[in-house]
Amino acid sequence: MIKIVKRDQPSRAIFFFTPVLAIILTLVAGGLIFFILGFKPFEALKFFFIVPIADKYGFSELLLKATPLCLIAIGLSFCFKSNNWNIGAEGQLTFGAIVSGGVALLFYEQEGFYILPTVILAGAIGGMLYASIPAILKTYFNTNEILVSLMLVYVSKLILDYLVVGPWSNPEGFNFPETRQFSDSAKLPLLFEGLRIHAGIFLALAAVVISWFIFYKTYLGFQMKVSGFSLKTAKYAGYKGKKMIILVFLISGACAGLAGVGEITGPIGQLHREISPDYGFTAIIVAFLGRLHPVGIIFASLVVAITYLGAETAQIFMQIPKYTGQVFQGMILFFLLASDYLLFFKIKFIGLKK
Amino acid sequence: MHKFLIRSFVSSLVLLFTLTVAAVAKDVKAAFVYIGPTGDHGWTYQHDVGRKAVEAAGFKTTYVEGVPESADAERVLRQLANSGHDVIFTTSFGYMNPTNKVAKEFPNVKFEHATGYKREHPNVSTYAARFYEGRTILGTIAGTMTKSNIIGYVASFPIPEVIRGINSFTLAAQKVNPNIKTKIVWAFTWYDPGKEAEAAKALIDQGADVIAQHTDSTAIVQMAEKAGVYAFGQASDMDKFAPKAVLTSVENNWGPYYVDRVKAVANGTWSQKDTWHGIGDGMVVISDLDSQMPADLRSKVKKLQADLASGKVHSFTGPIYDQKGNLMVAEGKTADDGMLAGMMTYVKGVEGDIPK
Repeated sequence: MIKIVKRDQPSRAIFFFTPVLAIILTLVAGGLIFFILGFKPFEALKFFFIVPIADKYGFSELLLKATPLCLIAIGLSFCFKSNNWNIGAEGQLTFGAIVSGGVALLFYEQEGFYILPTVILAGAIGGMLYASIPAILKTYFNTNEILVSLMLVYVSKLILDYLVVGPWSNPEGFNFPETRQFSDSAKLPLLFEGLRIHAGIFLALAAVVISWFIFYKTYLGFQMKVSGFSLKTAKYAGYKGKKMIILVFLISGACAGLAGVGEITGPIGQLHREISPDYGFTAIIVAFLGRLHPVGIIFASLVVAITYLGAETAQIFMQIPKYTGQVFQGMILFFLLASDYLLFFKIKFIGLKK
Repeated sequence: MHKFLIRSFVSSLVLLFTLTVAAVAKDVKAAFVYIGPTGDHGWTYQHDVGRKAVEAAGFKTTYVEGVPESADAERVLRQLANSGHDVIFTTSFGYMNPTNKVAKEFPNVKFEHATGYKREHPNVSTYAARFYEGRTILGTIAGTMTKSNIIGYVASFPIPEVIRGINSFTLAAQKVNPNIKTKIVWAFTWYDPGKEAEAAKALIDQGADVIAQHTDSTAIVQMAEKAGVYAFGQASDMDKFAPKAVLTSVENNWGPYYVDRVKAVANGTWSQKDTWHGIGDGMVVISDLDSQMPADLRSKVKKLQADLASGKVHSFTGPIYDQKGNLMVAEGKTADDGMLAGMMTYVKGVEGDIPK
């Protein structure tokens, strides 16, 4: 007989095991979907998860794709750990890209060592400014940060649309919605000849190390943890909640803004309407799959990045619809949330007794 | 040693020969990169119809749909170029820079970019259709069928392609009905059924009884059907989505061009080109004319279609004036391709300003 028993305490082992379980279940369910669609499941999974990263170029593309996801997810984990639901990283990414792109255009056809750092800094500040809106509205006017940050995503995209269609559009570009290409001095250096992986990956790695330090070695990290467990306890302990809320939003916004900088000054090299395939939203999955732990987020960003690459490869070589990539991302989150049930409950197998 | 050299020389000659023969006999493979899903019944759908024509002609094809114009486009292009495709069609404007970038790295692969203007390497061609010729037909129909003399036009982005369409449409409508006004709503999207439907509704609320569109979804014709006004299908024959509203559609017919270009690759005769084909070359096709249109209008439209195809009639024949009354094209002259390619002013009769 099977019996479901509530755990006295969430199991720590299960806490780190469920993401792995979610990935395994996704693979099984994915194979099943491929089978139903009439594809050979193992071959399809091979083209989805192995072929895209089998060579040096593929692996560099994986890192390129994982970089913004990791960076944003690290930022989001500051918010999520402390019970602040910033859903608008996509908007912070976009606004960061707008500000840094504007600075890059300002330095059009100029050279100087100071240009790139200025462009990067501008992106971080842009993201912070944009994240400060839901933070300030939450702390001083008690608004719901989920709604505000989400709606601001659409506002930022409209601002970007306006700029690339209108005042910032390339004067030689027949009014097509795009800016000029940035000068080389405003672009992130490539790490290897012939590969697109750029210096932005160091920003992501730095974010991982710094966040680990803050989470586990500082007072702020402790405050976040307590607020995450219980806001009442945090208040009772006398933490100045407002300051922390604004701080985590600013960190989160800066990370998202930097991810935007990485895209436009890295592989894209200009501003146009589609600078991010919704990295800001996908990073939410990454943050949770990584259990809001910096190291976990590294692995999670690689796993999610491969669903993008795999979907392309599977369509090229097996004519599997490319949108299955999104199905995989959805399944990972679904199975993760579902298997979190095991955190709080355990399944007991009890022998039948007289 | 001497013998060895001769032997290796001979064997390498043989190898070279086999390789050359293999290359000639090799099947040409074509790849297509799409911005949307193949089921959009608009832009991407029609490109995929063209791809199927290439398959029917006996060539292998591959496609990747829903490729964003973000950093991802470059990877998809490189992967296609790397996996044995000989010609790659990139079917959205935003692929322009990635196409040229990847073309540089793969000089033996041919690249065909739709609607762009950059051909930075000898293996990049561009192609587009003279949709404005189709809009001359639509304008003629709209000018005749309107009762309110207000014609609505849902536009996407203020680029020459779209401005040219608005002008060509308005000029044709004015020719049959000097009192008409064209009202524009800019949707700032190529494909967003929600926004497009809203734009159409706004125009209908302002009294428009014929709606034209330069966006790709079927939402506008469906909105027109609901409101009981006329509309025109875009990119594909949209009659089945709104049988009462749709008077005709302007279809994008890429098949003949695609087959032609893939064959050229197979024969080794492919060379860089900038193609701009219209009704005459069959790249722009007018769907069946709805029976709600009076018989004399239908025969008039048929004749206009034949004249546009033969070149007897040009969509932009002077005198043409801009909104302020300045002469754009003198009497008896026609606008040249240079002027058409950079057209960024409305003609007289269009309401409002071009968004800047």
